[in-house]
Amino acid sequence: MVENRPWLTFFSHAVLILGVLMVAFPLYVTFIASTLTLEQVMQVPMQLTPGDQLVQNYTQVLTGGSTKGSKAAASSMLVNSLVMALAIPLGKIAISIIASFAIVYFRFPLRMFFFWMIFVTLMLPVEVRIIPTFKVIADLGMLNTYAGLTIPLIASATATFLFRQFFMTVPDELAEAARVDGAGPMRFFWDVLMPLSKTTMAALFVIQFIYGWNQYLWPLLITTDESMYTTVIGIKRMIVGSDAANEWNLIMATAILAMLPPALVVMLMQKWFVKGLVETEK
Amino acid sequence: MEKRVVFRSAWLPYALVAPQIAITIVFFFWPATQAVWYSFQLQDAFGLRSQFVGLQNFAALFKDSNYVDSFKVTALFSVLVAFFGIAISLLLATMADRVLRGAMAYKTLLIWPYAVAPAVAGVLWAFLFAPSIGIVTYVLKGWGVDWNWILKGDQAMVLVVVASVWKQISYNFLFFLAGLQSIPRSLIEAAAIDGATPFRRFWTIVFPLLSPTTFFLLVVNIVYAFFDTFGVIDATTQGGPGQSTNILVYKVYHDGVKAADLGGSSAQSVILMFIVILLTVVQFRFVERKVQY
Repeated sequence: MVENRPWLTFFSHAVLILGVLMVAFPLYVTFIASTLTLEQVMQVPMQLTPGDQLVQNYTQVLTGGSTKGSKAAASSMLVNSLVMALAIPLGKIAISIIASFAIVYFRFPLRMFFFWMIFVTLMLPVEVRIIPTFKVIADLGMLNTYAGLTIPLIASATATFLFRQFFMTVPDELAEAARVDGAGPMRFFWDVLMPLSKTTMAALFVIQFIYGWNQYLWPLLITTDESMYTTVIGIKRMIVGSDAANEWNLIMATAILAMLPPALVVMLMQKWFVKGLVETEK
Repeated sequence: MEKRVVFRSAWLPYALVAPQIAITIVFFFWPATQAVWYSFQLQDAFGLRSQFVGLQNFAALFKDSNYVDSFKVTALFSVLVAFFGIAISLLLATMADRVLRGAMAYKTLLIWPYAVAPAVAGVLWAFLFAPSIGIVTYVLKGWGVDWNWILKGDQAMVLVVVASVWKQISYNFLFFLAGLQSIPRSLIEAAAIDGATPFRRFWTIVFPLLSPTTFFLLVVNIVYAFFDTFGVIDATTQGGPGQSTNILVYKVYHDGVKAADLGGSSAQSVILMFIVILLTVVQFRFVERKVQY
């Protein structure tokens, strides 16, 4: 702060508190709705203090889903989401770190061609190739499988760039010393590069965990079996009508369950999260 | 930038890039080529035969008033999302950069919506704005507003914009905060000594110095509004009422998956691909070198 202006400081806090409340308001209402009976939710206006149905609503969604819409249990949906949220970052980190190792530390024919091939995938998000990609998955028999949910999403230009950029900053002396000592490329990769890349990997993992957990269009296309629904898809499938026909208390309980893991990751691993966000977008 | 020290092996580098390249070819290039191929084809009603029709699918699209409307809806939607998303988060970041006490707490409490899936954000706001039971609807009725986004197109647009902006604020906020913290204090102190008010300092010093960040966020927010908001739309309005929130990405999905119009949907995909390529080029040519963190 440059100078002391009490009124401006007061104003700043007021704006920030307003912002925090505005951001938190939907979450608060969602939580309250998840602790009420359906009749209480349907009352206009809905009460804004917690009810006593918390345990009951959450047990209901975790074991049996909604009665009107999708009957998939939230517990199995959470497992599916977790599989996506773990397999995508781990797979992405694995294949991009070795690809960028090859591109940075070797000279071979077609090196730049491969690099550009990876680069171009930036311009081909799922949204622009919906139907043909669906057909490929169907032809490979990967509908309603974990392989189909995760493998197509682990190719990533941003992760490859990030590792490439990081490898470029690793001093040449390290590779030289390794070679003088008689270490082969893979030995150098495991014993020198991998330990050095830990923070980059952690940052990438946090961002990609959220990316994997929050996938929507992709599981919507390739899962038709209730047992393969992810949590986000499950919420959508619990909505049967547009308004009063829904079991909002159960939908909101599932929404809380869907938000909790990624929100905790963001808040608890804030340092890695901010690093990952800023670096992957560069 | 090339490495001076390299390893030598005839096969190892190929083995290392193979997994990434294989996935890229099978799930990116092959489908994208197919999309281009289908966009020149016309299928019969049963999907049994198809015939090469050149650019007819594209011509049909631009004659279709629904498609032209979808372009307009997408433009309006992305301008609203980008403008409000950037304005609100710039205000919050400027304030968070000023305060000394509680800055960390504010930051933590403002960034968590990044973790919320767009579809879930849509459901949350759809519940608040639900025509008969929503809490915001109740307040609006008290103010004499007749709120029903299921029937009224402009209100449906407000709903999807609010949900999309709410989710994106955290992202913009973090980038603005980083941008603000990289502005040299000495510039602001010098202006303060010359007697410039905080308001004036913001518009003549801080805002111009932030312009690279703002431009970067503008591009990112437009990309977000074009593609990542699919979940918001699908979980709430599904493009309706009428065509009022039918953005391009949703239309591709709807025409291809629900209406099974392969040629038309593929032609739309190809047009979207061009838009993505254009935005990527803009991002890399004009943004990368100027943005500072």
